[in-house]
Amino acid sequence: MKKNTVRTAWFGVFTALALIFSYVETLIPFQIGIPGVKLGLANLIVVVALYKMGAKDALLLSVTRIVLSGFIFASLFSILYSLAGGLLSLAVMAVLKKRGSFSVFGVSMAGGVFHNVGQLIVAMLVVETFSVAYYVPVLLIAGVITGFIIGVVSNEMLKRLGSIVLS
Amino acid sequence: MSYKENKSPEEKASGFKKNDLILALLVLAVSGIFFAGHLFTSQKNAGVVEIQIDGKVVETLDLKKERAFKINGGTNTVQIENGKVKMAAANCPDQICVHQKAISRNGESIICLPNKIVLKIVDGEEAELDAVTN
Repeated sequence: MKKNTVRTAWFGVFTALALIFSYVETLIPFQIGIPGVKLGLANLIVVVALYKMGAKDALLLSVTRIVLSGFIFASLFSILYSLAGGLLSLAVMAVLKKRGSFSVFGVSMAGGVFHNVGQLIVAMLVVETFSVAYYVPVLLIAGVITGFIIGVVSNEMLKRLGSIVLS
Repeated sequence: MSYKENKSPEEKASGFKKNDLILALLVLAVSGIFFAGHLFTSQKNAGVVEIQIDGKVVETLDLKKERAFKINGGTNTVQIENGKVKMAAANCPDQICVHQKAISRNGESIICLPNKIVLKIVDGEEAELDAVTN
């Protein structure tokens, strides 16, 4: 019973943090002149949750975050894009983390890359063309870079969270 | 799962692993392949060059056929070669258009100001095909 309460409390904190990060990101867009490329600050929380609370909670957190921030800051349609990116990214991260051969950096980079891949796939289905494929290299490289940045911050956060058990 | 395992061995190994680097390089390699593929296919499906004289389109030519010809009553010579088009000769004093590199990509243009000639790459119907091929 007590364990469940702790988990619920942490989940609330993480959801709030992820929402705040989504908001901060809309305030200070990480604009580098490439459409569709952003830092994905909220993914930081998803990565940390994946490590501290496990894949199931990270999934729940990710979906909650996307649906809520979608309704608050963006349109219904953007939820579709975000879900595709977020779920694919989380699935890949969970698998890589489970394999144990990658550090937070690698897991986060893969997450960044597949986040973009998921969104691109939805874009292709929506526009019904493969001509967006020329955009793949840009998104892949952007995914590696943003994923690495998120990985660095996640690593620091995990170090400091260290011994605290969240689940 | 959480406490003990996270602390002792994992803590030390929390740095950048070799596998992470391999992953990053792999992704870069894949994007390189995509980029190369794009360069290759976009060259193959080279579009159409539009020749404008004094603002009017006088001719649109496929870039697949190689040829060289004079336009505007002989003042300029246009050359199409390897899916690219360039101004081979012009009678103007500055020769800027002649020195410009051959163009092949959508939206690129060569302009000869003294003779009011514009060579512009447009892709007309080719764009549709570009999306469907493969």
